[in-house]
Amino acid sequence: MTTTVAPTASTPAPSGKTSGGGGKPRAAKLIRMLPLSPAIGLMLVFLAGPIIYCVYAAFTNMALTGTGAANVKFVGLDNFRKAFSSGAFTNAIWLTLVFTLISAIIGQNSLGLGLALLMRKSTKLVRNFVGTAVIGAWVLPEVVAAYLLSAFFNDEGTLNVMLHAVGLPGQDWLYAAPIIAVSLANIWRGTAFSMLVYSAALSEIPKEIEESAEMDGAGGWRRLLFVTLPMISRAIMTNLMLITLQTLSVFGLIFAMTRGGPGTKSQTLPLYMYEQAFSFSQIGYGTAIALVMLAIGAVFSLIYLRGLNSEAA
Amino acid sequence: MIARDKMSKLASNLVLLAIGVLFVLPLLWVLFASINRTAGLRVEFPTHPTLGNFKAVLNTDTTYRPVLNGIVLCGGAALLTMVCAVLAAYPLSRFRTRFNRPFLLTVLFCTGLPITAVMVPVYGLFVQLNLVDTIGGTIMFMATSALPFAIWLTKTFMDGVPLSLEEAAWVDGAGNMRALRAIVLPLMWPGIAVVLIFTFIGMWGNFFVPFMLLLSPERLPASVSIFTFFGQYGEPNYGQLAAYSLIYTTPVLLLYLLLSRKLGGAFALGGAIKG
Repeated sequence: MTTTVAPTASTPAPSGKTSGGGGKPRAAKLIRMLPLSPAIGLMLVFLAGPIIYCVYAAFTNMALTGTGAANVKFVGLDNFRKAFSSGAFTNAIWLTLVFTLISAIIGQNSLGLGLALLMRKSTKLVRNFVGTAVIGAWVLPEVVAAYLLSAFFNDEGTLNVMLHAVGLPGQDWLYAAPIIAVSLANIWRGTAFSMLVYSAALSEIPKEIEESAEMDGAGGWRRLLFVTLPMISRAIMTNLMLITLQTLSVFGLIFAMTRGGPGTKSQTLPLYMYEQAFSFSQIGYGTAIALVMLAIGAVFSLIYLRGLNSEAA
Repeated sequence: MIARDKMSKLASNLVLLAIGVLFVLPLLWVLFASINRTAGLRVEFPTHPTLGNFKAVLNTDTTYRPVLNGIVLCGGAALLTMVCAVLAAYPLSRFRTRFNRPFLLTVLFCTGLPITAVMVPVYGLFVQLNLVDTIGGTIMFMATSALPFAIWLTKTFMDGVPLSLEEAAWVDGAGNMRALRAIVLPLMWPGIAVVLIFTFIGMWGNFFVPFMLLLSPERLPASVSIFTFFGQYGEPNYGQLAAYSLIYTTPVLLLYLLLSRKLGGAFALGGAIKG
Protein backbone atom coordinates (compact mmCIF):
# COMPACT_ATOMS: atom_id res chain seq x y z
CA MET A 1 0.00 0.00 0.00
CA THR A 2 1.53 3.26 -1.10
CA THR A 3 1.30 6.45 0.89
CA THR A 4 2.71 8.86 -1.68
CA VAL A 5 0.31 11.56 -2.65
CA ALA A 6 -0.85 11.08 -6.19
CA PRO A 7 0.00 13.89 -8.62
CA THR A 8 -3.69 14.40 -9.32
CA ALA A 9 -4.38 15.12 -5.69
CA SER A 10 -6.16 18.34 -6.43
CA THR A 11 -8.79 16.69 -8.57
CA PRO A 12 -10.42 13.93 -6.57
CA ALA A 13 -12.84 12.27 -8.93
CA PRO A 14 -15.92 11.15 -7.04
CA SER A 15 -16.81 8.59 -9.66
CA GLY A 16 -13.42 6.93 -9.72
CA LYS A 17 -13.55 5.10 -6.42
CA THR A 18 -12.00 1.70 -6.20
CA SER A 19 -11.87 -0.75 -3.39
CA GLY A 20 -8.10 -0.88 -3.49
CA GLY A 21 -7.63 2.83 -3.21
CA GLY A 22 -3.96 2.63 -4.15
CA GLY A 23 -3.52 6.12 -5.52
CA LYS A 24 -6.05 8.01 -3.43
CA PRO A 25 -5.08 11.37 -2.03
CA ARG A 26 -4.28 11.33 1.64
CA ALA A 27 -7.15 13.61 2.66
CA ALA A 28 -9.69 11.46 0.84
CA LYS A 29 -8.25 8.39 2.53
CA LEU A 30 -8.67 9.99 5.91
CA ILE A 31 -12.25 10.98 5.13
CA ARG A 32 -12.97 7.41 4.14
CA MET A 33 -11.86 6.22 7.57
CA LEU A 34 -13.92 8.89 9.33
CA PRO A 35 -16.85 6.56 10.17
CA LEU A 36 -14.49 4.79 12.55
CA SER A 37 -14.25 7.84 14.79
CA PRO A 38 -17.35 7.33 17.02
CA ALA A 39 -16.19 3.81 17.88
CA ILE A 40 -12.60 4.92 18.43
CA GLY A 41 -13.74 7.88 20.55
CA LEU A 42 -15.88 5.73 22.82
CA MET A 43 -13.18 3.10 23.20
CA LEU A 44 -10.51 5.69 23.98
CA VAL A 45 -12.57 7.39 26.70
CA PHE A 46 -14.33 4.43 28.30
CA LEU A 47 -11.88 1.59 27.72
CA ALA A 48 -8.37 2.91 27.20
CA GLY A 49 -9.01 5.70 29.72
CA PRO A 50 -9.91 3.41 32.61
CA ILE A 51 -7.04 1.05 31.80
CA ILE A 52 -4.50 3.91 31.89
CA TYR A 53 -6.13 5.20 35.08
CA CYS A 54 -5.87 1.66 36.45
CA VAL A 55 -2.13 1.50 35.76
CA TYR A 56 -1.70 4.83 37.57
CA ALA A 57 -3.94 4.13 40.57
CA ALA A 58 -2.47 0.68 41.17
CA PHE A 59 0.79 2.32 42.28
CA THR A 60 -0.87 4.77 44.69
CA ASN A 61 -2.52 4.54 48.11
CA MET A 62 -5.78 5.96 46.75
CA ALA A 63 -8.75 5.31 49.02
CA LEU A 64 -12.29 6.52 49.55
CA THR A 65 -11.68 7.18 53.24
CA GLY A 66 -8.68 7.77 55.55
CA THR A 67 -5.23 9.08 54.59
CA GLY A 68 -5.40 7.79 51.02
CA ALA A 69 -8.49 9.92 50.40
CA ALA A 70 -6.95 13.24 51.51
CA ASN A 71 -3.61 13.09 49.73
CA VAL A 72 -2.94 10.45 47.13
CA LYS A 73 0.71 9.52 46.81
CA PHE A 74 2.80 6.98 44.95
CA VAL A 75 3.64 3.89 46.92
CA GLY A 76 5.59 2.01 44.24
CA LEU A 77 5.01 -1.71 44.30
CA ASP A 78 3.53 -1.74 47.80
CA ASN A 79 0.05 -2.78 46.66
CA PHE A 80 1.44 -5.74 44.75
CA ARG A 81 3.72 -6.76 47.64
CA LYS A 82 0.72 -6.58 49.94
CA ALA A 83 -1.37 -8.66 47.55
CA PHE A 84 1.10 -11.45 46.98
CA SER A 85 1.85 -11.78 50.67
CA SER A 86 -1.83 -11.79 51.63
CA GLY A 87 -3.59 -15.08 52.29
CA ALA A 88 -6.91 -13.74 51.01
CA PHE A 89 -5.39 -12.83 47.64
CA THR A 90 -3.70 -16.21 47.15
CA ASN A 91 -6.96 -17.83 48.20
CA ALA A 92 -8.79 -15.81 45.53
CA ILE A 93 -6.24 -16.72 42.83
CA TRP A 94 -6.52 -20.38 43.78
CA LEU A 95 -10.33 -20.33 43.76
CA THR A 96 -10.35 -18.51 40.41
CA LEU A 97 -8.15 -21.24 38.94
CA VAL A 98 -10.40 -24.01 40.33
CA PHE A 99 -13.51 -22.19 39.11
CA THR A 100 -12.08 -21.67 35.61
CA LEU A 101 -10.71 -25.21 35.34
CA ILE A 102 -13.88 -26.98 36.51
CA SER A 103 -16.52 -24.77 34.95
CA ALA A 104 -14.93 -23.61 31.70
CA ILE A 105 -12.10 -25.86 30.56
CA ILE A 106 -13.57 -29.16 31.78
CA GLY A 107 -17.28 -28.46 32.14
CA GLN A 108 -18.55 -26.10 29.46
CA ASN A 109 -16.00 -27.16 26.88
CA SER A 110 -16.42 -30.95 27.16
CA LEU A 111 -20.16 -30.85 27.71
CA GLY A 112 -20.62 -28.41 24.82
CA LEU A 113 -18.53 -30.62 22.52
CA GLY A 114 -20.34 -33.75 23.72
CA LEU A 115 -23.74 -32.18 23.12
CA ALA A 116 -22.75 -30.99 19.65
CA LEU A 117 -21.46 -34.47 18.73
CA LEU A 118 -24.48 -36.30 20.13
CA MET A 119 -26.89 -33.93 18.42
CA ARG A 120 -25.66 -35.07 15.03
CA LYS A 121 -26.83 -38.59 15.77
CA SER A 122 -30.17 -37.85 17.39
CA THR A 123 -33.74 -37.43 16.27
CA LYS A 124 -34.99 -33.93 15.57
CA LEU A 125 -37.44 -33.87 18.47
CA VAL A 126 -34.79 -34.73 21.06
CA ARG A 127 -32.33 -32.33 19.48
CA ASN A 128 -34.78 -29.45 19.62
CA PHE A 129 -35.77 -30.17 23.22
CA VAL A 130 -32.17 -30.33 24.46
CA GLY A 131 -31.08 -27.35 22.39
CA THR A 132 -33.91 -25.24 23.77
CA ALA A 133 -33.19 -26.27 27.37
CA VAL A 134 -29.45 -25.54 27.11
CA ILE A 135 -29.89 -22.24 25.27
CA GLY A 136 -32.72 -21.27 27.63
CA ALA A 137 -30.31 -21.51 30.55
CA TRP A 138 -27.91 -19.26 28.65
CA VAL A 139 -30.44 -16.57 27.71
CA LEU A 140 -31.65 -16.28 31.30
CA PRO A 141 -30.38 -13.13 33.07
CA GLU A 142 -27.37 -13.75 35.31
CA VAL A 143 -29.08 -12.96 38.61
CA VAL A 144 -32.16 -15.05 37.81
CA ALA A 145 -29.91 -17.98 36.94
CA ALA A 146 -28.16 -17.46 40.27
CA TYR A 147 -31.46 -17.64 42.21
CA LEU A 148 -32.61 -20.74 40.35
CA LEU A 149 -29.40 -22.53 41.14
CA SER A 150 -29.32 -21.34 44.75
CA ALA A 151 -32.71 -23.00 45.14
CA PHE A 152 -31.45 -26.08 43.29
CA PHE A 153 -28.41 -26.55 45.56
CA ASN A 154 -30.20 -25.57 48.75
CA ASP A 155 -30.74 -27.85 51.74
CA GLU A 156 -34.26 -28.73 50.65
CA GLY A 157 -33.61 -28.05 46.96
CA THR A 158 -34.10 -30.28 43.94
CA LEU A 159 -30.61 -31.78 44.02
CA ASN A 160 -31.03 -33.10 47.54
CA VAL A 161 -34.51 -34.40 46.79
CA MET A 162 -33.00 -36.41 43.94
CA LEU A 163 -30.09 -37.62 46.06
CA HIS A 164 -32.46 -38.75 48.83
CA ALA A 165 -34.57 -40.55 46.26
CA VAL A 166 -31.63 -42.79 45.34
CA GLY A 167 -30.59 -43.18 49.00
CA LEU A 168 -27.64 -40.78 49.06
CA PRO A 169 -27.15 -38.23 51.84
CA GLY A 170 -27.82 -34.60 50.94
CA GLN A 171 -26.34 -31.41 52.33
CA ASP A 172 -26.51 -27.68 51.79
CA TRP A 173 -24.14 -27.55 48.85
CA LEU A 174 -23.70 -23.77 49.03
CA TYR A 175 -22.21 -24.21 52.51
CA ALA A 176 -20.48 -27.55 52.14
CA ALA A 177 -18.84 -27.04 48.74
CA PRO A 178 -19.54 -23.48 47.55
CA ILE A 179 -16.89 -23.34 44.84
CA ILE A 180 -18.13 -26.63 43.35
CA ALA A 181 -21.73 -25.35 43.47
CA VAL A 182 -20.92 -22.07 41.70
CA SER A 183 -18.78 -23.96 39.16
CA LEU A 184 -21.68 -26.28 38.36
CA ALA A 185 -23.92 -23.22 38.14
CA ASN A 186 -21.56 -21.67 35.62
CA ILE A 187 -21.54 -24.91 33.58
CA TRP A 188 -25.35 -24.86 33.57
CA ARG A 189 -25.41 -21.26 32.44
CA GLY A 190 -22.53 -21.19 29.98
CA THR A 191 -22.49 -24.52 28.11
CA ALA A 192 -24.75 -23.21 25.33
CA PHE A 193 -21.94 -21.01 23.99
CA SER A 194 -19.55 -23.94 23.47
CA MET A 195 -22.37 -26.07 22.08
CA LEU A 196 -23.14 -23.41 19.46
CA VAL A 197 -19.52 -22.91 18.46
CA TYR A 198 -18.96 -26.67 18.11
CA SER A 199 -22.25 -27.27 16.28
CA ALA A 200 -21.24 -24.66 13.73
CA ALA A 201 -17.75 -26.13 13.37
CA LEU A 202 -18.99 -29.72 13.04
CA SER A 203 -21.55 -28.76 10.41
CA GLU A 204 -18.71 -27.68 8.15
CA ILE A 205 -16.89 -30.99 8.09
CA PRO A 206 -17.58 -32.58 4.69
CA LYS A 207 -19.56 -35.79 5.07
CA GLU A 208 -17.27 -37.66 2.67
CA ILE A 209 -14.28 -37.39 4.98
CA GLU A 210 -15.98 -39.14 7.85
CA GLU A 211 -17.62 -41.65 5.55
CA SER A 212 -14.32 -42.61 3.97
CA ALA A 213 -12.77 -43.00 7.42
CA GLU A 214 -15.63 -45.33 8.26
CA MET A 215 -15.01 -47.31 5.06
CA ASP A 216 -11.39 -47.71 6.10
CA GLY A 217 -12.65 -49.41 9.22
CA ALA A 218 -12.06 -46.63 11.75
CA GLY A 219 -14.46 -47.21 14.66
CA GLY A 220 -16.43 -44.52 16.45
CA TRP A 221 -13.82 -43.44 18.99
CA ARG A 222 -10.89 -43.62 16.59
CA ARG A 223 -12.82 -41.67 14.00
CA LEU A 224 -13.59 -39.01 16.61
CA LEU A 225 -10.01 -38.82 17.84
CA PHE A 226 -8.12 -38.91 14.55
CA VAL A 227 -10.57 -37.41 12.05
CA THR A 228 -13.27 -35.27 13.64
CA LEU A 229 -11.37 -33.53 16.44
CA PRO A 230 -8.35 -32.52 14.32
CA MET A 231 -10.76 -31.02 11.77
CA ILE A 232 -12.26 -28.70 14.37
CA SER A 233 -9.03 -27.95 16.25
CA ARG A 234 -9.30 -24.28 15.38
CA ALA A 235 -12.80 -24.04 16.84
CA ILE A 236 -11.60 -25.83 19.99
CA MET A 237 -8.77 -23.32 20.38
CA THR A 238 -11.07 -20.32 19.84
CA ASN A 239 -13.72 -21.67 22.15
CA LEU A 240 -11.30 -22.51 24.97
CA MET A 241 -9.83 -19.03 24.91
CA LEU A 242 -13.18 -17.23 24.79
CA ILE A 243 -14.82 -19.22 27.58
CA THR A 244 -11.71 -18.96 29.78
CA LEU A 245 -11.79 -15.19 29.43
CA GLN A 246 -15.53 -15.06 30.11
CA THR A 247 -15.18 -17.26 33.17
CA LEU A 248 -12.32 -15.22 34.62
CA SER A 249 -14.62 -12.22 34.90
CA VAL A 250 -17.78 -13.89 36.22
CA PHE A 251 -19.10 -11.70 39.04
CA GLY A 252 -22.90 -11.50 39.23
CA LEU A 253 -23.51 -15.24 39.34
CA ILE A 254 -21.22 -15.85 42.31
CA PHE A 255 -22.17 -12.62 44.04
CA ALA A 256 -25.88 -13.42 43.92
CA MET A 257 -25.38 -17.07 44.92
CA THR A 258 -22.89 -16.85 47.79
CA ARG A 259 -21.43 -13.31 47.99
CA GLY A 260 -18.07 -15.06 48.01
CA GLY A 261 -18.89 -16.96 51.17
CA PRO A 262 -19.26 -18.68 53.46
CA GLY A 263 -16.24 -16.75 54.74
CA THR A 264 -14.07 -16.50 51.64
CA LYS A 265 -14.69 -20.05 50.38
CA SER A 266 -16.00 -18.93 46.98
CA GLN A 267 -14.33 -15.52 46.75
CA THR A 268 -12.79 -15.47 43.29
CA LEU A 269 -10.61 -12.56 42.10
CA PRO A 270 -13.45 -10.31 40.85
CA LEU A 271 -15.28 -10.63 44.18
CA TYR A 272 -12.09 -10.05 46.16
CA MET A 273 -11.35 -6.97 44.07
CA TYR A 274 -14.87 -5.65 44.63
CA GLU A 275 -14.65 -6.21 48.38
CA GLN A 276 -11.28 -4.48 48.71
CA ALA A 277 -12.13 -1.53 46.50
CA PHE A 278 -15.67 -0.80 47.67
CA SER A 279 -16.47 -2.54 50.93
CA PHE A 280 -13.06 -1.58 52.35
CA SER A 281 -12.65 1.57 50.19
CA GLN A 282 -9.07 0.70 49.18
CA ILE A 283 -9.19 1.95 45.58
CA GLY A 284 -5.41 1.80 45.10
CA TYR A 285 -5.18 -1.77 46.30
CA GLY A 286 -8.35 -2.73 44.39
CA THR A 287 -6.99 -1.37 41.12
CA ALA A 288 -3.73 -3.27 41.69
CA ILE A 289 -5.81 -6.47 41.79
CA ALA A 290 -7.72 -5.27 38.73
CA LEU A 291 -4.38 -4.80 36.98
CA VAL A 292 -3.39 -8.38 37.83
CA MET A 293 -6.69 -9.58 36.34
CA LEU A 294 -6.20 -7.43 33.25
CA ALA A 295 -2.70 -8.85 32.84
CA ILE A 296 -4.01 -12.43 33.06
CA GLY A 297 -6.73 -11.56 30.54
CA ALA A 298 -4.19 -9.87 28.26
CA VAL A 299 -1.90 -12.93 28.27
CA PHE A 300 -4.79 -15.26 27.35
CA SER A 301 -6.00 -12.79 24.74
CA LEU A 302 -2.54 -12.63 23.14
CA ILE A 303 -2.23 -16.41 23.03
CA TYR A 304 -5.64 -16.49 21.36
CA LEU A 305 -4.59 -13.89 18.78
CA ARG A 306 -1.40 -15.80 18.01
CA GLY A 307 -3.40 -18.97 17.55
CA LEU A 308 -5.76 -17.27 15.13
CA ASN A 309 -2.86 -15.70 13.25
CA SER A 310 -0.83 -18.84 12.78
CA GLU A 311 -3.93 -20.70 11.60
CA ALA A 312 -4.85 -17.99 9.14
CA ALA A 313 -1.34 -17.63 7.72
CA MET B 1 -24.41 -52.53 10.53
CA ILE B 2 -27.91 -51.10 10.38
CA ALA B 3 -28.71 -52.53 13.81
CA ARG B 4 -25.56 -50.97 15.23
CA ASP B 5 -26.50 -47.61 13.76
CA LYS B 6 -29.91 -47.84 15.35
CA MET B 7 -28.38 -48.75 18.69
CA SER B 8 -25.96 -45.83 18.63
CA LYS B 9 -28.75 -43.47 17.63
CA LEU B 10 -30.89 -44.70 20.51
CA ALA B 11 -27.98 -44.31 22.93
CA SER B 12 -27.31 -40.76 21.68
CA ASN B 13 -30.95 -39.85 22.16
CA LEU B 14 -31.05 -41.25 25.68
CA VAL B 15 -27.87 -39.50 26.80
CA LEU B 16 -29.08 -36.24 25.27
CA LEU B 17 -32.46 -36.55 26.97
CA ALA B 18 -30.79 -37.13 30.33
CA ILE B 19 -28.64 -34.01 29.91
CA GLY B 20 -31.68 -32.05 28.76
CA VAL B 21 -33.61 -33.06 31.87
CA LEU B 22 -30.70 -31.93 34.05
CA PHE B 23 -30.85 -28.52 32.36
CA VAL B 24 -34.61 -28.27 32.80
CA LEU B 25 -34.74 -29.31 36.48
CA PRO B 26 -33.55 -25.99 37.99
CA LEU B 27 -36.16 -24.20 35.87
CA LEU B 28 -39.00 -26.12 37.50
CA TRP B 29 -38.52 -24.30 40.78
CA VAL B 30 -39.16 -20.85 39.32
CA LEU B 31 -42.24 -22.06 37.44
CA PHE B 32 -43.82 -23.76 40.46
CA ALA B 33 -42.83 -21.13 43.01
CA SER B 34 -44.26 -18.30 40.92
CA ILE B 35 -47.80 -19.71 41.26
CA ASN B 36 -47.40 -20.74 44.90
CA ARG B 37 -48.36 -18.23 47.56
CA THR B 38 -46.30 -19.95 50.25
CA ALA B 39 -43.31 -20.95 48.14
CA GLY B 40 -40.05 -21.92 49.79
CA LEU B 41 -36.88 -23.25 48.22
CA ARG B 42 -38.35 -26.73 47.84
CA VAL B 43 -39.68 -27.74 44.44
CA GLU B 44 -43.31 -28.68 44.80
CA PHE B 45 -46.35 -28.19 42.68
CA PRO B 46 -48.64 -25.87 44.67
CA THR B 47 -51.87 -27.40 46.01
CA HIS B 48 -53.68 -24.15 45.25
CA PRO B 49 -52.10 -22.54 42.17
CA THR B 50 -52.60 -18.78 42.16
CA LEU B 51 -51.63 -15.73 40.18
CA GLY B 52 -51.40 -13.74 43.40
CA ASN B 53 -47.61 -13.44 43.22
CA PHE B 54 -47.78 -11.82 39.82
CA LYS B 55 -50.49 -9.42 41.00
CA ALA B 56 -48.37 -8.53 44.01
CA VAL B 57 -45.27 -7.57 42.02
CA LEU B 58 -47.00 -5.83 39.10
CA ASN B 59 -46.71 -2.28 40.37
CA THR B 60 -44.61 0.72 39.49
CA ASP B 61 -41.92 0.40 42.13
CA THR B 62 -41.32 -3.33 41.87
CA THR B 63 -41.75 -4.08 38.19
CA TYR B 64 -42.82 -1.37 35.76
CA ARG B 65 -40.15 1.22 36.49
CA PRO B 66 -37.17 -1.19 36.71
CA VAL B 67 -38.23 -2.90 33.48
CA LEU B 68 -38.70 0.45 31.76
CA ASN B 69 -35.30 1.59 33.06
CA GLY B 70 -33.81 -1.61 31.69
CA ILE B 71 -35.38 -1.00 28.28
CA VAL B 72 -34.07 2.59 28.15
CA LEU B 73 -30.63 1.58 29.39
CA CYS B 74 -30.08 -1.60 27.38
CA GLY B 75 -32.03 -0.43 24.33
CA GLY B 76 -30.09 2.85 24.21
CA ALA B 77 -26.77 1.13 24.72
CA ALA B 78 -27.50 -1.62 22.17
CA LEU B 79 -28.53 0.95 19.55
CA LEU B 80 -25.46 3.09 20.23
CA THR B 81 -23.28 -0.03 19.96
CA MET B 82 -24.89 -1.00 16.68
CA VAL B 83 -24.59 2.43 15.05
CA CYS B 84 -20.92 2.72 16.02
CA ALA B 85 -20.23 -0.88 15.00
CA VAL B 86 -21.83 -0.51 11.56
CA LEU B 87 -20.01 2.77 10.90
CA ALA B 88 -16.71 1.26 11.99
CA ALA B 89 -17.20 -2.01 10.14
CA TYR B 90 -17.80 -0.31 6.80
CA PRO B 91 -14.32 1.09 6.14
CA LEU B 92 -12.76 -1.97 7.79
CA SER B 93 -14.64 -4.28 5.47
CA ARG B 94 -14.46 -2.20 2.28
CA PHE B 95 -11.08 -0.47 2.11
CA ARG B 96 -7.69 -2.03 2.50
CA THR B 97 -5.33 0.21 4.42
CA ARG B 98 -2.33 -0.34 6.63
CA PHE B 99 -4.47 0.73 9.52
CA ASN B 100 -7.03 -2.10 9.28
CA ARG B 101 -5.00 -5.02 10.53
CA PRO B 102 -3.61 -3.40 13.69
CA PHE B 103 -7.03 -1.95 14.45
CA LEU B 104 -8.80 -5.27 14.06
CA LEU B 105 -6.17 -7.01 16.18
CA THR B 106 -6.68 -4.38 18.88
CA VAL B 107 -10.45 -4.91 18.70
CA LEU B 108 -10.02 -8.67 19.02
CA PHE B 109 -7.63 -8.15 21.90
CA CYS B 110 -10.21 -5.93 23.64
CA THR B 111 -12.91 -8.59 23.32
CA GLY B 112 -10.72 -10.70 25.58
CA LEU B 113 -10.22 -8.17 28.36
CA PRO B 114 -12.22 -8.90 31.50
CA ILE B 115 -14.69 -6.00 31.77
CA THR B 116 -15.16 -6.87 35.43
CA ALA B 117 -11.56 -5.86 36.09
CA VAL B 118 -12.07 -2.47 34.45
CA MET B 119 -15.02 -1.63 36.71
CA VAL B 120 -12.98 -0.28 39.63
CA PRO B 121 -11.05 2.22 37.47
CA VAL B 122 -14.24 3.00 35.51
CA TYR B 123 -15.91 3.93 38.76
CA GLY B 124 -12.95 6.20 39.55
CA LEU B 125 -13.20 7.77 36.10
CA PHE B 126 -16.97 8.28 36.48
CA VAL B 127 -16.38 10.07 39.79
CA GLN B 128 -13.86 12.41 38.10
CA LEU B 129 -16.19 13.10 35.16
CA ASN B 130 -19.27 13.47 37.38
CA LEU B 131 -20.99 10.64 35.54
CA VAL B 132 -21.85 8.39 38.49
CA ASP B 133 -25.60 7.72 38.70
CA THR B 134 -26.35 9.11 35.25
CA ILE B 135 -28.24 7.07 32.64
CA GLY B 136 -26.25 8.67 29.80
CA GLY B 137 -22.86 7.78 31.26
CA THR B 138 -23.95 4.22 31.98
CA ILE B 139 -25.32 3.82 28.44
CA MET B 140 -22.02 5.01 26.99
CA PHE B 141 -19.97 2.63 29.10
CA MET B 142 -22.24 -0.34 28.39
CA ALA B 143 -22.09 0.44 24.67
CA THR B 144 -18.29 0.67 24.78
CA SER B 145 -17.91 -2.63 26.59
CA ALA B 146 -20.00 -4.39 23.93
CA LEU B 147 -18.38 -2.55 21.05
CA PRO B 148 -15.27 -4.65 20.31
CA PHE B 149 -17.27 -7.85 19.92
CA ALA B 150 -20.00 -6.07 17.94
CA ILE B 151 -17.47 -4.51 15.52
CA TRP B 152 -15.87 -7.89 14.97
CA LEU B 153 -19.19 -9.67 14.31
CA THR B 154 -20.58 -6.87 12.13
CA LYS B 155 -17.44 -6.84 10.01
CA THR B 156 -17.67 -10.62 9.58
CA PHE B 157 -21.28 -10.31 8.41
CA MET B 158 -20.47 -7.31 6.19
CA ASP B 159 -17.64 -9.19 4.49
CA GLY B 160 -20.35 -11.52 3.20
CA VAL B 161 -21.99 -8.76 1.13
CA PRO B 162 -20.43 -8.76 -2.35
CA LEU B 163 -18.56 -5.61 -3.30
CA SER B 164 -19.71 -5.56 -6.93
CA LEU B 165 -23.09 -4.00 -6.14
CA GLU B 166 -21.48 -1.07 -4.38
CA GLU B 167 -19.01 -0.52 -7.18
CA ALA B 168 -21.96 -0.03 -9.49
CA ALA B 169 -23.42 2.50 -7.05
CA TRP B 170 -20.11 4.32 -6.80
CA VAL B 171 -19.96 4.60 -10.56
CA ASP B 172 -23.43 6.15 -10.39
CA GLY B 173 -21.98 8.76 -8.06
CA ALA B 174 -23.26 7.52 -4.71
CA GLY B 175 -21.07 8.36 -1.71
CA ASN B 176 -19.83 5.76 0.76
CA MET B 177 -22.45 6.49 3.38
CA ARG B 178 -25.19 6.33 0.79
CA ALA B 179 -23.90 3.01 -0.53
CA LEU B 180 -23.81 1.72 3.04
CA ARG B 181 -27.37 2.81 3.73
CA ALA B 182 -28.97 1.90 0.42
CA ILE B 183 -27.08 -1.25 -0.54
CA VAL B 184 -25.06 -2.86 2.22
CA LEU B 185 -27.45 -2.52 5.16
CA PRO B 186 -30.53 -3.90 3.39
CA LEU B 187 -28.49 -6.91 2.29
CA MET B 188 -27.10 -7.67 5.74
CA TRP B 189 -30.07 -6.91 7.97
CA PRO B 190 -30.25 -10.48 9.32
CA GLY B 191 -26.65 -10.10 10.52
CA ILE B 192 -27.45 -6.70 12.03
CA ALA B 193 -30.46 -8.18 13.84
CA VAL B 194 -28.35 -11.03 15.22
CA VAL B 195 -25.71 -8.65 16.60
CA LEU B 196 -28.30 -6.19 17.95
CA ILE B 197 -30.40 -8.83 19.70
CA PHE B 198 -27.42 -10.59 21.23
CA THR B 199 -25.98 -7.29 22.42
CA PHE B 200 -29.33 -6.45 24.03
CA ILE B 201 -29.70 -9.88 25.66
CA GLY B 202 -26.19 -9.61 27.09
CA MET B 203 -26.90 -6.16 28.52
CA TRP B 204 -30.33 -7.10 29.87
CA GLY B 205 -28.77 -9.78 32.02
CA ASN B 206 -25.74 -7.70 33.03
CA PHE B 207 -25.74 -7.03 36.73
CA PHE B 208 -22.31 -5.67 37.63
CA VAL B 209 -22.15 -2.57 35.41
CA PRO B 210 -25.45 -0.90 36.43
CA PHE B 211 -24.92 -2.13 39.99
CA MET B 212 -21.68 -0.13 40.16
CA LEU B 213 -22.53 2.94 38.11
CA LEU B 214 -26.13 3.67 39.16
CA LEU B 215 -27.12 4.47 42.73
CA SER B 216 -30.61 5.98 42.94
CA PRO B 217 -33.35 3.36 43.34
CA GLU B 218 -35.49 5.14 40.74
CA ARG B 219 -32.82 4.68 38.06
CA LEU B 220 -31.99 1.02 38.68
CA PRO B 221 -32.82 -1.49 35.94
CA ALA B 222 -34.51 -4.82 36.61
CA SER B 223 -31.21 -6.73 36.82
CA VAL B 224 -30.21 -4.79 39.95
CA SER B 225 -33.53 -4.02 41.59
CA ILE B 226 -34.17 -7.75 41.92
CA PHE B 227 -31.94 -7.51 44.98
CA THR B 228 -34.58 -5.51 46.81
CA PHE B 229 -36.43 -8.78 47.38
CA PHE B 230 -33.78 -9.54 49.95
CA GLY B 231 -34.71 -6.89 52.49
CA GLN B 232 -32.97 -6.42 55.77
CA TYR B 233 -35.51 -8.53 57.59
CA GLY B 234 -35.57 -12.28 57.28
CA GLU B 235 -36.50 -14.51 54.38
CA PRO B 236 -37.49 -13.01 51.04
CA ASN B 237 -40.89 -13.80 49.58
CA TYR B 238 -39.77 -16.56 47.23
CA GLY B 239 -43.06 -16.75 45.37
CA GLN B 240 -42.91 -13.07 44.43
CA LEU B 241 -39.21 -13.34 43.61
CA ALA B 242 -39.99 -16.20 41.21
CA ALA B 243 -42.87 -14.29 39.61
CA TYR B 244 -40.70 -11.21 39.18
CA SER B 245 -37.87 -13.33 37.71
CA LEU B 246 -40.25 -14.68 35.09
CA ILE B 247 -41.51 -11.21 34.15
CA TYR B 248 -37.95 -9.89 33.97
CA THR B 249 -36.88 -12.82 31.78
CA THR B 250 -39.80 -12.60 29.33
CA PRO B 251 -38.43 -9.83 27.04
CA VAL B 252 -35.19 -11.68 26.28
CA LEU B 253 -37.03 -14.96 25.78
CA LEU B 254 -39.32 -13.27 23.24
CA LEU B 255 -36.35 -11.70 21.49
CA TYR B 256 -34.62 -15.03 21.39
CA LEU B 257 -37.69 -16.74 19.93
CA LEU B 258 -37.87 -14.04 17.26
CA LEU B 259 -34.22 -14.64 16.51
CA SER B 260 -34.51 -18.40 16.21
CA ARG B 261 -37.68 -18.31 14.12
CA LYS B 262 -36.51 -15.71 11.63
CA LEU B 263 -32.74 -15.81 11.56
CA GLY B 264 -31.49 -19.31 12.19
CA GLY B 265 -31.05 -18.40 15.84
CA ALA B 266 -27.89 -18.62 17.80
CA PHE B 267 -26.36 -20.95 15.23
CA ALA B 268 -25.66 -17.92 13.05
CA LEU B 269 -23.72 -16.47 15.98
CA GLY B 270 -21.82 -19.72 16.50
CA GLY B 271 -20.79 -19.66 12.85
CA ALA B 272 -19.62 -16.07 12.99
CA ILE B 273 -17.52 -16.63 16.12
CA LYS B 274 -15.84 -19.76 14.89
CA GLY B 275 -14.92 -18.13 11.55
